[in-house]
Amino acid sequence: MKVVKNVICPFCGCLCDDLSVTIEDNRIIGIDNGCTLANSKFLGTTRLKTPLIRENNRFREASYEEAVDASAAILKDAERPLLFGWSGTHGEAQCAGVHLCELIGGVLDNTSSVCHGPSILAIQEVGHPGCTLGQVKNRADLVIYWGCNPSEAHPRHMSRYTTYATGFFLKNAHRDRKLIVVDIRKNDSANVADEFVQINPGGDYAVLSALRAIVRGKDEFIPEMVSGVPKSQLKRIAGMCKEAKFGAIFFGLGLTMSVNKYKNVRNAIELVDELSRHTKFTITPMRGHWNVYGANEVFTWMTGYPYAVDFSRGTSFYNPGETTAVDILARKECDAMLVVGSDPGANMPRKCMEHMSEIPVVQIDPCLNCTSAFADIQIPVAITGIETGGTAYRMDGIPLRMKKIIDTEFLNDTQVINRIYEKISGGVK
Amino acid sequence: MADILVKNAYVIDPLNEINGEVMDIAISDGRIVESVKDSATVIDAKGHLTLPGGIDSHSHICGTKVNFGRYMSPEDMRAGRGRAQPYMHPVSGYSVPTVYANTYRYSKLGYTSILEGAMAPLEARHTHEEFSYNNLQDTMANTLFDGNWSIMEAVADKDLKRVAAIIGWVLSAVRGFAVKITNPGGTEMWGWGKDTGCIHDKIDYFGITPAEIIEYLIRGNELLNLPHSAHIHCNNLGKPGNYKCTLETMQRTPDLNDKRQTLYMTHVQYHSYGGSTWADFCSKTDDITWMINRKPQIVIDMGQVMFGKTTTMTADGPMEFNLYRLYNNKWSNHDVELETASGIIPVRYSRKNLVNSIMWSIGLELALMTKNPWQCMLATDNPNGAPFVKYPEIIALLMSKNYRDKEFATINQDTEKRVFLPSLDRELDWNEIAIMTRAGQAKALGITSIGKGHLGVGAEADIAIYPVLTDEIDPTSEYDKVISGFSCTDYTIKRGRVVSKNGNCLVNGDNATIWVNPKIPDNYDMGKDPEFRKKFDLYYSVAMENYPVEYEYLHRNICIETETDL
Repeated sequence: MKVVKNVICPFCGCLCDDLSVTIEDNRIIGIDNGCTLANSKFLGTTRLKTPLIRENNRFREASYEEAVDASAAILKDAERPLLFGWSGTHGEAQCAGVHLCELIGGVLDNTSSVCHGPSILAIQEVGHPGCTLGQVKNRADLVIYWGCNPSEAHPRHMSRYTTYATGFFLKNAHRDRKLIVVDIRKNDSANVADEFVQINPGGDYAVLSALRAIVRGKDEFIPEMVSGVPKSQLKRIAGMCKEAKFGAIFFGLGLTMSVNKYKNVRNAIELVDELSRHTKFTITPMRGHWNVYGANEVFTWMTGYPYAVDFSRGTSFYNPGETTAVDILARKECDAMLVVGSDPGANMPRKCMEHMSEIPVVQIDPCLNCTSAFADIQIPVAITGIETGGTAYRMDGIPLRMKKIIDTEFLNDTQVINRIYEKISGGVK
Repeated sequence: MADILVKNAYVIDPLNEINGEVMDIAISDGRIVESVKDSATVIDAKGHLTLPGGIDSHSHICGTKVNFGRYMSPEDMRAGRGRAQPYMHPVSGYSVPTVYANTYRYSKLGYTSILEGAMAPLEARHTHEEFSYNNLQDTMANTLFDGNWSIMEAVADKDLKRVAAIIGWVLSAVRGFAVKITNPGGTEMWGWGKDTGCIHDKIDYFGITPAEIIEYLIRGNELLNLPHSAHIHCNNLGKPGNYKCTLETMQRTPDLNDKRQTLYMTHVQYHSYGGSTWADFCSKTDDITWMINRKPQIVIDMGQVMFGKTTTMTADGPMEFNLYRLYNNKWSNHDVELETASGIIPVRYSRKNLVNSIMWSIGLELALMTKNPWQCMLATDNPNGAPFVKYPEIIALLMSKNYRDKEFATINQDTEKRVFLPSLDRELDWNEIAIMTRAGQAKALGITSIGKGHLGVGAEADIAIYPVLTDEIDPTSEYDKVISGFSCTDYTIKRGRVVSKNGNCLVNGDNATIWVNPKIPDNYDMGKDPEFRKKFDLYYSVAMENYPVEYEYLHRNICIETETDL
């Protein structure tokens, strides 16, 4: 029996790096410091054991070689292949994916396009005043969670980086730090907040605009109620923001995927911009999958764009709304799809699934999931952070090296993608 | 690797005091040798100008803030699209190009080594990941220490040896090359939305001054015998009247090293401003170069500004916010816990704008008024002053008074009263350009001993052959030929391989990352120091064990081990 310390968790964008994992006979038998989500990932037992190929609408087992050959044949034959996912794998595999997509002139997109894609569009308009999570931990005396529920989606965010985390300048964090939660419903995180702001669905944009106006001293224009929020509360909150020494906003899909989408995020960033003229303020998106931010980083340094990259004309071309996966599927444009490290079958619109059921789909993933139902080939791989190493980027951009803590016979994502590449190109890269 | 014989090369190799001799260069196994067998591949240089591979001693090409510049700027990506071709991936970007675009374009200009100007230690893996795709130039990373809490505490305790020990541990852990000081103290103050003024303002909580941070980092750097000196981006960047702050920083710098400078001061153009507001803004290069000319311990780079669109990016977070409040376009910021900060905004430098025109003049004045070319490097703080693809134009401006006058006639007319440029007749020669773009940079970085910046036997075979016949062009009048000649090499040879010919890359390169590993005695090993470890246990958001950059990220690498005086 051995205990591996400082293990990094490959579940959410927090990338907690303080887990202790107990291993016996190359099997994980215990986790310390992990949240529920981490525990289920490390202790999960459902694994796809061998590659599968669909024949007569039934899966049969296949060798890696056969599955790689068949995948290469599908992608080589495609006129407009879509390579989607990437948030659940390591950076080296994402790089290999970029090269593969270039080779076959496909469209490359990651799960941002159904998640924080609107945040990226807002950032491309107005920029992003942010910081690392440790900066918040050590300094922030005001934390705002807006349209997100860390208690359930990022269970250790509050204890490691915000509300309950002891920081250098806040020795008694929970008492010294104020917490504001803004949401359309009173979620678990709201239960521990100093202020809960309940907004009518779709009202985020108006509330953000009202706060900006109050911070600018224009509160005489604000009506008594803004999207369900009393003016008195808005003024109190604006006051808390201006009086804070260091304020930090975290926002989730409640802002990016509700009415007004990227305009909401833009407004939130511009509120931070406004507050930066009075005190210190930062804003950070609560990224979901453990390495979705890595997919944005890798795509950006390789192609110039964080997601939705079309290589079909020999250059990288970016036009979200046109070159994003949902749009390409809904328009029935792609004639083959490669899914890596994600589960579009679980969350894409029905129209997209309909098209996925009509085209050949190759899936690279350690486990069977909803997408498997659409896959013609599924290739299991080593789990990054447990069975193979690799790079991941935390929600604040900190790059970390995921550890390999147990041995495996599975290939990893990079190896599988490179094999497909070599099969298609007829040679080594 | 096949042997190569470069014949009929018109060689300028300042470090070996060769100034325009036609000679042959023999290359074997990546190095320059006395001779090669007759079977060697022959490259006929046809008497063209042949220099050691270009070296950029301050450029932002890889890492967190560079990539964020790309991420937030699809408009810039569209402005620099290139198709895939054999051995070249598709590229994007004009001022903040993709990694492949940077490496191809630098190679086309004959550059073979680049120092990334600013790497936050906590985010070092990112820089190294990008380095591995910047495969046609060797890479080095300036490592940021300006707001490092452990350093500031040691400075407050006046414990120089501890400062040195911390530098040593961090550089080795993050595979860094040199000590970078960006707006010392100011980046920590920015954690509260504030800035320091000049070098004697006290830093909140830590109670020390920028001047003390600078002094201890300079001296700590020397205790470790690092190849490069401390590398500073002074306080007060971009503010009218900041020249006083720059002068005092120079004045306080001791002369501690007989092989190279003691302080490298980067993008001094941004730090040579007179006046008290934008209304009386003017050049103070007279005072600044007066000091440089008396202080051999100082080396600067120009930080030349060129007109047009670009992106500014620096660890100097408060400066970027100030700049944003002038431009009001878009602004990104990224503070790094316990270490430093950063900011990014796009800008456009306009000829019609008086301040921009003065900035353009100041950069050129620095190069023309610094007497010794070994003390002034040609650089734009890429991409802050301009993207590096503008280097050939800057070379031409420095070589031709005629060209400068022509350009001067097109800029804001009020500039003349505020600058010295029209009165400067100096025209640099080929040898001086070679010093300012490779030999001087190699010497300043301290990498001549590993074979960089010269063409002597034993040197790395990094060579640039330009389509320039120096006997047939008069650079003072034919500046267009100087620009086109330096814009695209006939051949760029990297470690003994032709990597680029007429602007087309011919191989998937295999670069090396150069980093330092000072030998620290056990009693100064910060890895075992309880106070230092406590920073990770309590205040960093990353465990100490997960902080050092693993060997997986280094690929080929050259580790310079140094004996220390600890």
